[in-house]
This record gives sequence, C-alpha cells and structure tokens, in this order.
Amino acid sequence: MRIVVLVKYVPDATGERSFAADGTVDRAAADGLLSELDEYAIEQALQIADEGDDVEVVAMTLGPDDAADAIKRSLQMGASAGIHINDEAVHGSDSLATSTVLAAAIAKAEPDLVVCGMASTDGAMGVVPAMIAERLGWPGLTFGATLSVSGDTVSIRRDGDVASQTIEASLPAVVSVTDQSGEARYPSMKGILAAKKKPVQHWALADLGVEPAIVGLAAASSTVLETTPRPPKEAGRIVPDSDGAGSAALVDFLSAGKYI
Amino acid sequence: MAEVLVVVEQLDGVVAKPTFELLTLARRLGDPVAVVLGAGADEAASALGQYGAGTVISVQDPAFEEFLVAPKAEALAQVVQSVQPAAVLLTSTLESKEIAARLAVRVGSGLITDATDVRSDGSTTQTVFAGNWSVTAQVRTGVPVITVKANSTAAEAAPVDAAVRELPVTISEASRTARIIKSEPKKASGRPELTEAAIVVSGGRGTGGDFGPVEALADALGAAVGASRAAVDSGWYPHSYQVGQTGKTVSPQLYIAAGISGAIQHRAGMQTSKAIVAINKDPEAPIFALADLGVVGDLHTVLPAVTAEITARKS
Ligand SMILES: Cc1cc2nc3c(=O)[nH]c(=O)nc-3n(C[C@H](O)[C@H](O)[C@H](O)COP(=O)(O)OP(=O)(O)OC[C@H]3O[C@@H](n4cnc5c(N)ncnc54)[C@H](O)[C@@H]3O)c2cc1C
Ligand SMILES: Nc1ncnc2c1ncn2[C@@H]1O[C@H](COP(=O)(O)O)[C@@H](O)[C@H]1O
Repeated sequence: MRIVVLVKYVPDATGERSFAADGTVDRAAADGLLSELDEYAIEQALQIADEGDDVEVVAMTLGPDDAADAIKRSLQMGASAGIHINDEAVHGSDSLATSTVLAAAIAKAEPDLVVCGMASTDGAMGVVPAMIAERLGWPGLTFGATLSVSGDTVSIRRDGDVASQTIEASLPAVVSVTDQSGEARYPSMKGILAAKKKPVQHWALADLGVEPAIVGLAAASSTVLETTPRPPKEAGRIVPDSDGAGSAALVDFLSAGKYI
Repeated sequence: MAEVLVVVEQLDGVVAKPTFELLTLARRLGDPVAVVLGAGADEAASALGQYGAGTVISVQDPAFEEFLVAPKAEALAQVVQSVQPAAVLLTSTLESKEIAARLAVRVGSGLITDATDVRSDGSTTQTVFAGNWSVTAQVRTGVPVITVKANSTAAEAAPVDAAVRELPVTISEASRTARIIKSEPKKASGRPELTEAAIVVSGGRGTGGDFGPVEALADALGAAVGASRAAVDSGWYPHSYQVGQTGKTVSPQLYIAAGISGAIQHRAGMQTSKAIVAINKDPEAPIFALADLGVVGDLHTVLPAVTAEITARKS
C-alpha cells in the first residue's frame, strides 16, 4: 500500500508572522517549519506502516525551495520517500489552485490513501483536503480523531459538537486527522541519519500537466485588498487579589459592563 | 435586487443564532434566500422570515444523513445553479466550511472562510495569525462563497413573510462514498453554545482538574464554559469545549480566562473577544497582556467569591 501524506511548510507560529507587499504570507520574515498539525498526519501514516506489511509512506509538499525542510523532517520521522512540488508560477496560489496542483500530483503518485493535517497553521482554512477529495472524486473522511485501515476499507471517528460519528469508505480516499489523534513521534538519531539516503523527487507544473496560467497570485479567485496589524492592546488594569481586592474589582468590572 | 443564499444552521427546525447574523449581513448584499439542507424548513420558516428571508428553499435527500458532507455540497451547487445568487453565505462550523470548500470547487468560485465582516461591495474582513492581523479581501471569480464566524455582527430583525419552496436535487454516486456507519449523540450541557455565547468562562491547567468553580461562575453569568487544550488533554473537560487554534474560535462580549497562561494557540481562539478578564496566580502570565482586567490570585478563591457576590446581588 502507498500512503501520501500532505505536509506544508509554514512560518513558525510562535514567531512574528507578517505579510509581504503583494498580500501573501511573508515566508522570508519568519523561520519556517513543518506545520505541527501535519506531524499528526505523518504519525497516523507511520502507525499504519508499522502495523502493516509493505506500506510505503511518501511525504508530499507544494512550496518554495525552503519547503524541502518539511520533507526532510517527515523523512526523519520515518517516511520512506518525498515528493517536492516546486514551481515559480505557484507563488500566491489560493486554496483552489493549491488543491488543483496537489490533486494532479496525487493522481500522478497513485497512492491508495492520502493523509492530511486538519488545517495548516498559517492559512488555517482547513479546506484543502475536502477540495482535493472533491477534485479527485475520492471519498473525503475529514477531521478524524482516529484513523484505521483494514483491507481496502478506511475508517475514522469524527467528533462533532452534536454527535461522535464513525465514517467508513473504500480506498482510495482522502483523510484528514486532528491533533486528538495522538502525539507525533520525535525523529530518532537513526531516523535522522537514514533520512539523508531517502529518495526525494522534484516535480514542476509541467510534470503534472497543470497550466501555469490557472495558478499563482494572478489567477487567485480572491484578492487581498489590505493587511493591517492589530493595534497593540491598551494595557488593562492588573489587581493583586489581597484581602479580596481582586474579586471585588472583578465584580465591579462585571457590574460596570452590565454583565450582571 | 440580487438574491443572496444563506445556508441555515438548524436542528429540528430550531434555527441557530449565527444564521440570523448571516441573514443580517446578507441584506447588505441583496435579498436573502434561506436554504435548509434536510428536514426542518417548515418549522424554521417563520423565524427565518423575522430576519428578512422571504424565500426558504427546502432541499431534502436521505443521503444527507447517510454520508459525510459531499451530498450537501452537491445539492447546494444545484441550488446555486438554479437561483444564480450574488453570493452564498454559510456559518464557520467545520461542516459548513467543508460544504463551502466543495461548493467553491464545483461551481468554480472564490472562497473566503472565517470572515468577521461582509460589506455591501462583497469585501470581507478576516483576522489571521492568531488574531494579530486583519485582512480585507474580496472574491473576484464566480459567485462569492463566504463563511462567517459566529458573533461577528448583531442580528437585526427585518420581518417579512417567508414562503417555503421545495427544490428537488439529484445526488450522484460519487457523493455517496464516505458513509456514516455510526452516530452517537452527545449530551447537551444545558449552557449556551460556546461559539454563540455572549460570555464565556474558560478554565485551564490552573483549575487542577476541578471545573466546579468555572461552571458555577458561568451559570451565575448565563455563560458558556470553555477550556484550554491542557485541560482537555488532561481529560478534565470534553474536547468540544476547547478554545483555540485546534478548538473553537470564540468572539464573545466577555471572555474570562481562569488558570490559563495565554499561549499563542489559545489566544488564536479568543483574541477577538470584546472584553477579556484573566485570573492567574502568575503575574508574568502572557494572558495579562490581553486583559482589560487582570486579577493576580488563586482562581479557587477568586471565582467562588465572585459567584457568591453575583448570586447575592441577584436575590
Ligand atoms: C499545534 C498546536 C495546537 C494547539 N491548539 C491549542 C488550542 O486550540 N487551545 C489551547 O488552549 N491550546 C492549544 N495548544 C496548546 C498551547 O500551546 C498551550 O500548551 C495550552 O494553551 C496551555 O494551556 P493552559 O494555559 O491551561 O496551561 P499552562 O500553560 O500550564 O498554564 C496554566 C496557568 O495556570 C496558572 N495557575 C496555576 N494554578 C492556578 C491557580 N490556582 N489559580 C490561578 N492560576 C493558576 C499558572 O500560573 C499558568 O499560567 C496547541 C499547541 C499546539 C502545538
Ligand atoms: N502547500 C501544501 N503542500 C502540502 N500540503 C498542503 C499544502 N497546503 C495544504 N496542505 C494540506 O492540507 C491541509 C489543510 O490545509 P489548509 O486547507 O491550508 O488549512 C494541511 O494540513 C496539509 O495536509
């Protein structure tokens, strides 16, 4: 069985993130890394590989040169190979174009299962997996808190607000997993050394038969008009709770704001 | 005037508050037409009419309950084809965002998710990067598909008579693949819905596992209860109450954080709250930088004292 895990290279959420002049995420301003939420996807794929015979886990990313780091980290965690889709024309793509390119790459890689993170930590839309499923016409099993494969059936548990559902489908399928699915493993020394010898393929749009004109900033189906940093919050009142001063201040605050 | 589709969030005909907010925003763009996917349109119609929906389109198919999301997206695409609206508005729940994503692919439209405002020219505001940036954007291809976060605007009534219209749809085999084989209902908390509540009281690791004082204050205020991921991961509170990057984003009038340090991933889910109160033992806790009022103290004494005072004032 072949599993493709979609991994995104994102600016570090704990650093200063900002926008470039063209309204796209400034990827040069902040340090990048493999989106933490995609580590859960790799972990789930590796668990399937650990339990099954002959399971290949391929990490796939769409992104600039630096995105190679996301592949590297995936290989260190235990993925067996990588595919890096990198093309100048892709810069500034929206989720629709991103899903077009990734769907074409998946069709070329011919996996039995695609595993995604629940959302990227930068764009945070959480829509690419559903869009890919829609484009490929494959079942989409999204936001799994658990993932299991048995024979050619894949199933997830999806914890919604009103119900917890069990969803099942036949392979091939697209799945996304949440951070409830279980902590991701840390690369071992052995894994870090082994990663250096693992194969990484480099694909451009031409390899996928995707027209450059339908992706990138110029083709984006929505446009950013303005980006503004949030003004710094005015310092609030800080009250130490000695002799009940804190709770009294809080009661006053609630009553002044007409919350009580 | 152009018609604007509003996808209704409802259960057994009881319409959820964010839908009324959507209808209010939709009126800036044109005439709102409500769409109910599944049973409940007749029961929901008069409430939808209160907020300006002159037409309620009822779309029913058993596939909506048997399979995940895809049938609803396919049905909605057919509604869009039939109505040719100026825009489609949905709430920002996990399911609605997915319907929106698949719809955008199907009809070749631009998609904007988690908007906090929609203006009459169709431009939107979103807050991104954990609430640190604000982005104005506009769809420029196809029928704009926009999901809007709950509590983004105040719902304003604009009563009209609502007429229900059935619209038949065909669901293809391709949409019947991710089968729901089991569904266990969760029991309701009896408190306001987290994303819709005017006040949210959240507890973190500092509760030490006892959410009693958090719940008691929430009940005294008629508030919803939230939790940090640390509290959820410790098994102290169910995951559906988690506030933050991988939980719910809330935007209440008042957010009270008790025993929560204020990590960036938590802030991502509450930073746009109108007012923020923090109770924390540690004067250096990053949550204080966001707080309009910060109480440096033990939540186990502060919360019960406040709850007792509120209860005393009420009686
Ligand atoms: C990919 C990713 C996604 C994440 N998503 C989320 C998310 O959606 N939501 C979320 O919340 N977190 C999320 N996190 C986790 C986040 O980074 C923090 O670990 C988490 O928010 C910490 O929770 P906490 O503030 O309750 O605990 P801590 O950081 O341990 O803080 C506890 C606080 O309680 C105070 N305290 C202790 N005892 C008392 C007392 N008796 N009275 C008053 N104060 C007391 C302490 O001073 C401390 O400030 C995510 C992390 C990652 C990597
Ligand atoms: N550029 C990308 N390269 C690889 N995977 C991606 C990319 N963008 C999104 N994904 C996948 O889609 C998921 C959801 O992303 P998003 O819809 O952007 O929040 C991520 O967790 C990844 O698994």
